[in-house]
Amino acid sequence: MTNSFAHVRDAKMVFLLGSNITEAHPVAATFLKQAVRNGCRLIVADPRRTGIAKLAETHLQLKVGSDIALLNAIMQVIIEENLYDKAYVEKNTEGFENLKKTVAAYTPEMASPICGIPAGVIAQVARDLASVQPAMLAYTLGITEHTCGVNNVFSCASLQMLLGNVGHPLGGVNPLRGQNNVQGACDMGALPKIFPGYEKVADAEARKKFEKFWNVKDLPSKNGIMMPDMLEGLPTKKIRAFYIFGENIANTEPDIRHIESCLASAEFLVVQDLFHNETSKFAHVILPSAAWSEDDGTFTNSERRVSRVRTASKAPGQAMPNWWIFKELAAKLGHNWKSNSSQEIWDNEVSVVAANIAGIKYSRLEGDGLQWPCTDPNHEGTTVLHKEGAFARGKGLFTPAQWTPPAEVADKEYPFVLSTGRRLYHYHTRTQTGRCEGLNTLLPHETADISPIDAERLGIAQGETIRASSRRGSVDVIAKITPDMPEGLVWMAFHFRENNANWLTNPAFDPISQTAEYKACAIKIEKIIK
Amino acid sequence: MSYMTINGKKIEFRSGETIVEAAQKAGIYIPTLCHLPRSGHGDVCRICSVEVKGQDRFLPACSTHAEEGMCIETETPALIALRKHILTTILAEGRHDCFMRAIPNSKSPYQIAAMNMPHREHACPSDGRCELQTLVLKYQIPVKDIVPEEGDFVLDNKHPMITRDFSRCIQCGRCASACNAIQVNEAIPSQFGRRAEKENWLPLVNYDNCTHCGECLQVCPTGALSAKKAYGLSTKKDELIKIRTTCPYCGVGCQQELLVKEGRIIEVNGVADAEPNLGRLCVKGRFGYDFIYSKDRLTTPLIRQEDGSFKSASWDEALELIATKFTDTIEKYGADSVAGVSCSRSINEDSYQMQKLFRSIFKTNNIDNCART
Ligand code: SF4
Ligand code: SF4
Ligand code: FES
Repeated sequence: MTNSFAHVRDAKMVFLLGSNITEAHPVAATFLKQAVRNGCRLIVADPRRTGIAKLAETHLQLKVGSDIALLNAIMQVIIEENLYDKAYVEKNTEGFENLKKTVAAYTPEMASPICGIPAGVIAQVARDLASVQPAMLAYTLGITEHTCGVNNVFSCASLQMLLGNVGHPLGGVNPLRGQNNVQGACDMGALPKIFPGYEKVADAEARKKFEKFWNVKDLPSKNGIMMPDMLEGLPTKKIRAFYIFGENIANTEPDIRHIESCLASAEFLVVQDLFHNETSKFAHVILPSAAWSEDDGTFTNSERRVSRVRTASKAPGQAMPNWWIFKELAAKLGHNWKSNSSQEIWDNEVSVVAANIAGIKYSRLEGDGLQWPCTDPNHEGTTVLHKEGAFARGKGLFTPAQWTPPAEVADKEYPFVLSTGRRLYHYHTRTQTGRCEGLNTLLPHETADISPIDAERLGIAQGETIRASSRRGSVDVIAKITPDMPEGLVWMAFHFRENNANWLTNPAFDPISQTAEYKACAIKIEKIIK
Repeated sequence: MSYMTINGKKIEFRSGETIVEAAQKAGIYIPTLCHLPRSGHGDVCRICSVEVKGQDRFLPACSTHAEEGMCIETETPALIALRKHILTTILAEGRHDCFMRAIPNSKSPYQIAAMNMPHREHACPSDGRCELQTLVLKYQIPVKDIVPEEGDFVLDNKHPMITRDFSRCIQCGRCASACNAIQVNEAIPSQFGRRAEKENWLPLVNYDNCTHCGECLQVCPTGALSAKKAYGLSTKKDELIKIRTTCPYCGVGCQQELLVKEGRIIEVNGVADAEPNLGRLCVKGRFGYDFIYSKDRLTTPLIRQEDGSFKSASWDEALELIATKFTDTIEKYGADSVAGVSCSRSINEDSYQMQKLFRSIFKTNNIDNCART
């Protein structure tokens, strides 16, 4: 997030895209709901009539995967009608002409059939957005989990720059991170192209710095591969030893059948986790980890806030902290790593070597933590990035994008679009929430959410078990008929194994981020004939 | 800055602050019961009444704004008598059995049933941290003289995580405000206003709107609302330890206060006023902690056998095997033939260590995390 959750409380206008915030980020939603109550204007773009969409002054119930067409059309109107922040664009950005050229074709009339939204509504939203400054834009995985996910993000950023909304406390471009420490895992360099602190592995200077710091020679200069390629590499033997720490890949990745065949072909697989799960079945070695609250450490939230995690009880049996496991493994390989606690790792390594968090030490994290960039011991942390339009890279670059449809669209044989996500009462594959008393009672099984119109046409009754199939698989699942679903769309989650949406999802990925298109694939649903 | 005087002491306050807020900052205690900070809720129980010079009646400190030059007394004999009267009335209206165990008719049938459950010494789950109990002790209410009023009490045990025992409800309205003003769920109708309407009001939940966030549970000053899953788990009168930590679920990163007894979490609350959540939690943050105590936890390293079954191993054996396999693979097929995925739910320090292992020892950048799901 360029901004902070605190800013949501005072927001004047919020444009929320692809974010079922009341279920996926419930506490952030409380601030937004309060803001709306206090007069904040809210525009929501989502194919479903979500809880938050019900509170919006305008709900753009767009077709799945049409975000770029919508955003381009909004920008087209804003430019056409001269509603953009010219001074800001002039002073702080580059590439405006390029953007103008690309979006010119996207008149509301042209975008309307792609998005399934009347042209007049698109034009009105453009004017509404331009009428309040600053306005905040926030999104979640509805924007990123597409084959055009990166372009979606570029388009969101372009809109906010065009309106002069980046760099204001009540503006910004704000991705709400799905998992608690996605931000942190990336900051720590658990990515194939960067070291901790975002220095590039391809940069010789950076390598030299880390070689010295870790006291090793010849750090690899070649970018690594991302997880989808790792998995694909198992059957082709490009990858022969694979180490999975903490993700139940067999359930979370698109096309479970294929993923399982990849995992089964691993020559050597290590799984480090809390529980046996569908992934550990394929492991050659399983290592038991300490869980949250069984170890000290830090998490970094969506607003870049580093907060402390503390020990409440001891891990069971011989389960050990993960950092300890890696340290001991390093020792077996002949490397004696000195840091012997989370605090030592952070204070003596992470914060020494990663410049953007150099000012953060455990001693400063007793209270509410600190938001990076925080570069020295007296730095207060940063609540707003790109302050007053001063972009980190100098000028904000408009990266215009053309709309592209999802990799798989509905057709005769598979006439429905399936979109997926999480629900309030569970988390991911339920390895944790499924073992919490009460949560299973609140949501004991998966459902396929469908519209009343489709249900009636297919003769499906509320609560009836139906079959949902895609080109990749088929599951039997309970139908939940709700007016919150538009015609032609089915929505499912990936919390339960038997009817996990990922038996159906399409392993098509954004070419840059390699994020899978969880939000769109083609399926059919049918009554089960006994 | 403006100034006023409390109990003869001159104190500073900011405009817009209530008397309670200003007093708190100055370290002066004024009792409150119905008041719920940051929600605008108060002015129901009158326990916070204070004397303000020039006013002919007592004013509720929780909902009266501080004003320049105000001259306030907080513990005069008249105020103490009023508080005693309020507390006595509250005790008589409900079934606050921690004090009235010896008095006949002082327990609701639910409480008696609860006391017969294993491992319980006390029927009330809030014993020891109840705000009503604290005030009754502080103002030395002669509990043995109290005659409980007749009455039936509602018990709502439908919720999987929360018991609502209205025999302990003091109709303060905090839960309704937490639900409506703070979580904005509007699941507890608050057609609730002043004392006159108080008679028949109960904070009954409309479960259609309830998101099970448990904010109501967190703010209830008494044992009326209690968490089911910790029930009967702490048997000893061990000290309750409070530990601040960060929620392990979504990217908001709410600050939690764990209540730990005998090395076990028995309740999770939001840390008041902390960024980013200002004391709020959602259903997972509040109730999603007990997976760590599951009997399914992996407790030893495991190595797969020829026949596909897993055999327990020592750390030494397991790590030796991994080290050998990775070294052999790298020797034979090069560093880029190995790969790893780190966990985006675990702590930063774990991810740092894992990428360090892959980069500095295995010499590959094939390290990623599960950020994209
Ligand atoms: S249930 Fe608790 S918080 Fe709600 S009105 Fe009764 S005593 Fe107050
Ligand atoms: S659990 Fe949350 S939503 Fe339900 S009644 Fe309590 S405060 Fe309201
Ligand atoms: S605490 Fe002020 S009236 Fe109840």
